[in-house]
Amino acid sequence: MRGKVSRKTIFGFLGPSVIALALIGIAPLLYALWTSLHFFNLTKLKKVKFVGFENYTSVLTDEVFWQAMGRTFFLLGVSLPLQLGLGLGIALILHKPGLTLLKTLARLSLVLPMATTYAVVGLLGQVMFNQKFGVINQFLSPFGGGNINWIGDSTNAFAMIVFWDVWQWTPFVALVLLAGLTTVPGEIEEAARLETKRWWTVLRYVQLPFLMPGLVAVLILRTADTLKLFDMVFTLTRGGPGSSTEFISLMIQRVGFRGFDQGLASAQAIILLIITIILAQIYIRVFYREV
Amino acid sequence: MAANAAARRSMVWQIVLLALIMLVCVFPFYWMVTTSLKTQIVALESPPVWLFEPTLNNYREALFEDGVLRTLINSLIIAICTTALALCLGVPAAFALARFEFRGKKDLWFWFITNRMVSPIVLALPFFLIARNLGMLDMHITLVLIYLTFNLPIVIWICTDQFRSIPYDLDEAARLEGASQLTILAKICLPLAMPGVAVSAIFSFIFSWNELMFGLILTRTAAKTAPAMAVSFMEGYNLPYGKIMATSTLIVIPVLIFALLASKQLVRGLTMGAVK
Repeated sequence: MRGKVSRKTIFGFLGPSVIALALIGIAPLLYALWTSLHFFNLTKLKKVKFVGFENYTSVLTDEVFWQAMGRTFFLLGVSLPLQLGLGLGIALILHKPGLTLLKTLARLSLVLPMATTYAVVGLLGQVMFNQKFGVINQFLSPFGGGNINWIGDSTNAFAMIVFWDVWQWTPFVALVLLAGLTTVPGEIEEAARLETKRWWTVLRYVQLPFLMPGLVAVLILRTADTLKLFDMVFTLTRGGPGSSTEFISLMIQRVGFRGFDQGLASAQAIILLIITIILAQIYIRVFYREV
Repeated sequence: MAANAAARRSMVWQIVLLALIMLVCVFPFYWMVTTSLKTQIVALESPPVWLFEPTLNNYREALFEDGVLRTLINSLIIAICTTALALCLGVPAAFALARFEFRGKKDLWFWFITNRMVSPIVLALPFFLIARNLGMLDMHITLVLIYLTFNLPIVIWICTDQFRSIPYDLDEAARLEGASQLTILAKICLPLAMPGVAVSAIFSFIFSWNELMFGLILTRTAAKTAPAMAVSFMEGYNLPYGKIMATSTLIVIPVLIFALLASKQLVRGLTMGAVK
């Protein structure tokens, strides 16, 4: 009997949401699919015509597209290990008993970077990493790095993006892992600590199994977020200099809105969507088996 | 004695590291606020100065002469409307997902999670063309609607989770007395689910308030959002850094307050409940 209700009731409760999401979430995607099969340039709207999979073949053979994709995963490959390492360290410190007040304060300050408007992070980057009056170069000047051109040099600009990505999302990783650490039953952890003094033995054999769900969540969500990354990079470097920080979402935006080629950009977007759906499938398989 | 000394040393290390963590998290905000209080001449000094005579001029100019106030109001209207709409649509849907059994429930879940992960640029392309064809560019309602694509799933997720934690016996008792599902939701479950509803409202507000890309692509002047405004200062030479930081401060303060209020649920919400 439990949970059995009439179809009308189900529709009454769920219908509005499903219809709303279909109209704003699915209809535009179908339109993007249609656009991707056409020659569709914003400056030549009279010449819109069906071209079949031409846009897709040009995307799949386009070096620039794959470079942007590679760059996106390279960013993930550099910043995710940093976030995991630092995040795990922070989580382990916060998990230790004692210094309760200080740790509560630290936990609260960890919340701040995560919530910061991404565009503001980019603007802060412009100010703090400025070559002439930036505070970062001031900090570095005693070590002989007082005149680094962060924004105008390809490698440095990339490093700067990594810095802000790590600044903003290490707290997220730390709090996820801390949540994992608190799920280790107290008696098991204590028993393990009586057995060995080495913290990494405890981490490897006792705590790690409890951290696994959090680690997988971090892995998948950070991948999705890196594919989404736009606001912070757009305000900080606009993808430059050259294309050294042009990640996949920025590239699609450039093709569609600064190059006006909506057909090609839509094809790129659809390919990105397919990658995302695969990721989401994995996420749901791992976490919501019971639903 | 040795163990005691080791414990003290570990304590000192912990304090140092914790202080460092807090410093790194908070310092950019300190720099943002102090830069916002500098005149343009002071802001451009090299190397930067730490002590100076603060002025509120940047705030006055940004808010009243450049129209940042207007864009903050726009952002506020849009964030409140989209949050209200997401709650009206999402709360009943969450109740249904928590309480009713039906086919296709799993697919619905999958769809909601996917919505959370899709890059906004994928939707921005078609949405721009549709809004242009319908004459809906630069209107508040357009952003209110498009923000629903990520707010509605998050409201539904958090509220479903909350409704599940309410004992089923309460509904059962009410149903035996002949109450409809709508009455059960409104009179029994919703009051108990208020904490979850509040958290989902905070999330929805933060996500809408922080959003830049759609604001940039879909608005020009009338519905321009505050982040889009802050970015529009970044054009030309001799950028007004003090004013940019003043605008940034005004944008960031409300989200930081909200995030601290919801700090306990932040991780759970961001991972869509995969991490308790």
